[in-house]
Amino acid sequence: MSRFRLEIRVIPRPGLLDPEGKAIHHALRSLDYEQVSEVRVGKLLYLDVEAASGEQAREGAEAMCRRLLANPVTEDFEIEVRDPSEETVLA
Amino acid sequence: MRVAIVTFPGSNCDYDLYKCVQLVGGTPEFRWHREVGLGDVDMVMLPGGFSYGDYLRPGAIATMSPIMDAVKNFAKAGGPVLGICNGFQTLCESGLLPGALLRNRSLLFSSRDVLLRVENATSIFTQEYEAGQILRMPMAHAEGNYHADEETLDRLEGEGRVLFRYTDAAGEATDGANPNGSARSIAGILNESGNVMGMMPHPERAVEPILGSVDGLGLFTALLANLSALGTT
Repeated sequence: MSRFRLEIRVIPRPGLLDPEGKAIHHALRSLDYEQVSEVRVGKLLYLDVEAASGEQAREGAEAMCRRLLANPVTEDFEIEVRDPSEETVLA
Repeated sequence: MRVAIVTFPGSNCDYDLYKCVQLVGGTPEFRWHREVGLGDVDMVMLPGGFSYGDYLRPGAIATMSPIMDAVKNFAKAGGPVLGICNGFQTLCESGLLPGALLRNRSLLFSSRDVLLRVENATSIFTQEYEAGQILRMPMAHAEGNYHADEETLDRLEGEGRVLFRYTDAAGEATDGANPNGSARSIAGILNESGNVMGMMPHPERAVEPILGSVDGLGLFTALLANLSALGTT
């Protein structure tokens, strides 16, 4: 078994009303960042896990997202499997 | 009518519901979220509040509580389940009701009275009302913006499963009368088999004149009457 660090991004589905993203977009516009066309706000989760392989770590994470971490009605998720020895935000 | 009121860490309307059930002549019983059985009850109520601090998503962690397996089995067997506010969010998260509750479009926690139009007065929850009747009761939430895909919304409407809609005093579901951005101004819905209901506003806070409105009382008297009729009381 090896240790892996999972980076999971949970993002509101495109087209879904995201009032927080909209408010941030307005604030950026008020700072004259006119190049921004859309802002969406999601969540970033770091999970340290034990798994036989990176693939197994990913499969576990997909199940976690479907069952709890993301709401299938409103959110999409992306998973990145990292080597825990990598320098990351948590390190 | 024996009613199990489930208390999660962070529930704060459980005592309101307790009092309310007593008021209509029922027998309320608290169930802690760690219990695995509901016992011999006729109905389950999930109260408002902020279970688990609304962490991850409102109601998401509550669905993992040991008691929720019993609640799901109770609902699947046809037992009546009512979820108010955080209870509604928990029912959606657990899959017992369709859709999800998103952040209010104002981004604000909004605590004030709202007007609701009764859309379907034939459910076990709304039989004391008349279709089209306007009710006034408080709402108090930051995530009450009901969302579901168009197909689900069409289905809810087609099957009479929208029980309450936010309206103005004239009974019109205008955008201005929609306090949180809910799709089609939906405030409360019913499941497919008609025994599970969720709503964001608080009927249990509108049951005595001193509270400013008694418009929520009908929901509880309807439940008592229906459960008595079934001989389960």
